[in-house]
Amino acid sequence: MQKIYGSAAEALDGLLFDGMTIAAGGFGLCGIPELLIAAIRDAGTKDLTVASNNAGVDGFGLGQLLETRQVKKMISSYVGENAEFMRQYLSGELELEFNPQGTLAERMRAGGAGIPGFYTKTGVGTVIAEGKEHKDFNGQTYILETGLVMDLAIVKAWKADETGNLVFRKTSRNFNPPAATCGKVCVVEVEEIVPAGSLDPDHIHLPGIYVHRLIQGQHEKRIEQRTTRKRQEA
Amino acid sequence: MASEIKGWDRNQMAARAALELEDGMYVNLGIGIPTLVANYVGDKDITLQSENGMLGMGPFPYEGEEDPDLINAGKQTITELPRTAYFDSATSFAMIRGGKIAAAILGGMEVSEEGDLANWMVPGKLVKGMGGAMDLVAGVGRVIVVMDHTSKHGDSKVLKACTLPLTGKGVVDRIITNLGVLDVVPGGLKIVECADGVTEADLRAATEATIVG
Repeated sequence: MQKIYGSAAEALDGLLFDGMTIAAGGFGLCGIPELLIAAIRDAGTKDLTVASNNAGVDGFGLGQLLETRQVKKMISSYVGENAEFMRQYLSGELELEFNPQGTLAERMRAGGAGIPGFYTKTGVGTVIAEGKEHKDFNGQTYILETGLVMDLAIVKAWKADETGNLVFRKTSRNFNPPAATCGKVCVVEVEEIVPAGSLDPDHIHLPGIYVHRLIQGQHEKRIEQRTTRKRQEA
Repeated sequence: MASEIKGWDRNQMAARAALELEDGMYVNLGIGIPTLVANYVGDKDITLQSENGMLGMGPFPYEGEEDPDLINAGKQTITELPRTAYFDSATSFAMIRGGKIAAAILGGMEVSEEGDLANWMVPGKLVKGMGGAMDLVAGVGRVIVVMDHTSKHGDSKVLKACTLPLTGKGVVDRIITNLGVLDVVPGGLKIVECADGVTEADLRAATEATIVG
């Protein structure tokens, strides 16, 4: 059970093909698999369908794959921070499927948990509900949403042990666990790989069963909106 | 005419919205004026949820203490508190959809007399996405919308029916605007109070929606 690879390119070797579907963890630029995204850019894989809450910013994160026109379609809840995204979308070069944020997270979770569809009240009475099955439960109307199963999941965690048990840090956990579970193959980048036995088994956030390949690397961890308060306010 | 009536400013609207919160509540605050509500909760024991995966959101960090792994739903750097818990996005929206969050205070573009809310999309303009707004209005216990009562052109944003694409249908419980507070009730909206210097006649004149009672 050797899961550790030497680089992002090696970890993705044999997994990439044109037209594939990818689930990516991260919220904004927080907890994004920046090394794996860069390696997919370098590999030049085309016509990607990417499920990710956001689409990165110009030149960083998934914005890199948009610049190189490798993405055919995004499934996202919010894409406001990326001018190149908007240009491609408005010119019809890029498909976009808006999912409410909770629906996107649950689609990943459900897909990974073997649940092909679920009913939710999110989006009832809005454009999101158009064309979807409606059903009443206990006097309330719900719509049917489908689980997502993707060819590949790319995920960022804080620490892993050698067997792929993962620990995330603060709000960088976000979409990473549900994205990990919905990939047929899941590749994870971490800041540190530690020996098996050195993470407390009670403190594992995502068990290694979901993790197929693992790399350790240096992360830029760019901040999108730096907001602070002055010390004298304390 | 109506343009001369100012009523509450942004901070006064936020302060009024803070009165909606009670001790022990778990609350989600939207971007804009709703974010300011946190400044007016006083001694009340309120736990703020950030839908990217956090309960117990603290204030902005001091300069030099920003952590790229610790942001709010607006992607701003923030801090944690002794009560803070982190979780993934699926868990975050499970607690939202499951009705565990007592209230959400959100911004709005239009609200209808039936409690419909539009706040995510203007056709023909740049569409950024709904983020978590549709899940929040569908799931939380109480939805309070804080917004200006009229547009810059003086048109009412409190309408018989929304003209913009909806975020949720029949989801709003209370509207707090610069002119006052209105509740969504059967048959229309009910005036709860008027802002400082605003008369009930002013509020009615600035409202397209049906006002009952």
